[in-house]
Amino acid sequence: MKPITKIEIVTRPEKLEELKAGMHEIGVQGMTVTQVYGCGLSKGHKEVYRGKEVTVTLLPNIKVEIVVCEIPVQLVVDTAKKICHTGRVGDGKIFIYLIANAVRIRTGEEGEIAIIDPED
Amino acid sequence: MKKMLRIVSLCLMSLLMALPTAFAEDPAAVVAKIDTGDTGFVLMSAALVMLMTPGLALFYGGMVRTKNVLSTLMQSFFIVGLISVQWVLWGYTIAFGPDINHLVGSLSWLGLNGVGVEPNADYAATIPHLAFMVFQGMFAVITPALISGAFAERMKFPAFLVFTLAWVTFVYDPVAHWVWGVGGWLREMGVLDFAGGTVVHIISGVSGLVIALMIGKRKDYGKKAIIPHNLPMVLIGGALLWFGWFGFNAGSALGANGLAAIAFVTTNASAAAATVSWVLVEWLYSGKPTVLGAVSGCVAGLVAITPGAGFVSPLSAIIIGLAGGVICFFSVSVMKAKLGYDDALDAFGVHGVGGTFGAIATGLFASKEINPAGADGLFFGNPEQLLTQVIGVVASWAVAIIMTYALIKIISVFMPIRSTEDEENSGLDIAEHGEKAYAYQDLITDFTGGPAFMSVEAANPEISNFKVALAEGGKK
Repeated sequence: MKPITKIEIVTRPEKLEELKAGMHEIGVQGMTVTQVYGCGLSKGHKEVYRGKEVTVTLLPNIKVEIVVCEIPVQLVVDTAKKICHTGRVGDGKIFIYLIANAVRIRTGEEGEIAIIDPED
Repeated sequence: MKKMLRIVSLCLMSLLMALPTAFAEDPAAVVAKIDTGDTGFVLMSAALVMLMTPGLALFYGGMVRTKNVLSTLMQSFFIVGLISVQWVLWGYTIAFGPDINHLVGSLSWLGLNGVGVEPNADYAATIPHLAFMVFQGMFAVITPALISGAFAERMKFPAFLVFTLAWVTFVYDPVAHWVWGVGGWLREMGVLDFAGGTVVHIISGVSGLVIALMIGKRKDYGKKAIIPHNLPMVLIGGALLWFGWFGFNAGSALGANGLAAIAFVTTNASAAAATVSWVLVEWLYSGKPTVLGAVSGCVAGLVAITPGAGFVSPLSAIIIGLAGGVICFFSVSVMKAKLGYDDALDAFGVHGVGGTFGAIATGLFASKEINPAGADGLFFGNPEQLLTQVIGVVASWAVAIIMTYALIKIISVFMPIRSTEDEENSGLDIAEHGEKAYAYQDLITDFTGGPAFMSVEAANPEISNFKVALAEGGKK
């Protein structure tokens, strides 16, 4: 079985469309997107409700999870880096995981075949 | 300390401004001519029209994205405050004060000096002058709020404030004088505008288009899906507009009388007809009858009937509504896309186009049988009225285009008009107002500070091996 890898990209919400298009271009067929809140170097901001100050340190981000087998991991990472980079704090992070196995529920297929979409 | 001083001095200044009016009033003036029914009706109508602006806030607010709903609500709701004050201080006298050269009212009623409980026979002989004043004030409030639909999601709040104040002072007030003020040139020419098709809807819609063109499209327009974030909110707002519009149109009869009943009925008939026609044409054209279409349709019908509400029959009102719904549907769904401007919430598409259609339709359907004080339109044997209406339309388009262009140009010298890209990304709610409409409360309250992060590699020794495996996996 070829190694299966998950690339998890946490980045600015406004980058989503560009990221989807970029991934499609390098042949990534599927992804899972979650709206998340996170903190890090980003400072957050203050909100005031009837004089009461609230510091909001969690900022909205998106988390894009991509699992690949045949497509080079480095290509996915480089593409994501290129698209999400603005040079300012808050560009986000990319995490890379090895995946033990994958199952396509509809057919019961396991391993790389479960994540490679059939050509149409 | 400095902040406090500034606040105190501001309070003092506003007190000083209020002084002349405080002494100008004569509370003892009791006038026999006042009709209690008329007065009660007009005051209630003023309250109904007041409710339209918060209704508009909800109508617009539901149509924008989650991150901009507060800024959109604020652009309507805050105007109720801002323009109510402007109207008392100098707006009313510019619009309705004693005429200067048929163009503008004089400043002799500044701060409502001389405007008291005694009726002003030129405007409304049976109600206190103050009741007429406050009724008209609600119109001055909602008109600039309508414009905000065109520049939603991308205008800076300070520039919005300055623009609104300047626009009402230099555009709305004078045009209101032309059409409704004693001696105003459009009024003397015989332009029929029962409740503000020209004054309110054409100039707000056209001004909206001008701003939309000047400040450009929203960053995401045409690139990402921008969809309404809360359609139930749009429906509540639309319903409040319909409800308040009875005050707007029937109240414009300025008395609890037959004319008010006519305007009430035509208003409802047109709104209803446009609701039906918009939904039907949309159903045929794009496949589904939508809720947003139904609400937009009722507003289009209300706009279309506004200038003719007290001059046309209920049957004519249904025709005006049916046509208004179809025309406005095509203007927002086809014309806007073809011409490519970003009139975000269709201030022009509904109010500019619907108002223009309504003003012309009044020249077609007006009948002296309905209102002897009005005139006959083309379909009742008087083609000249149509021409008069067209002159009114052209004049209001021209003044709206020229003045709005000039005002935005002038204001942009002193302050930025358009939000920055970052502000658009984070949304104007946070950027301009420092608030969120829909807070993720649990996340805020549970967050107690940054956790102590360990070095990732120290926490997971296998990660070095993993990196090697990755590099190999990448090369395949």
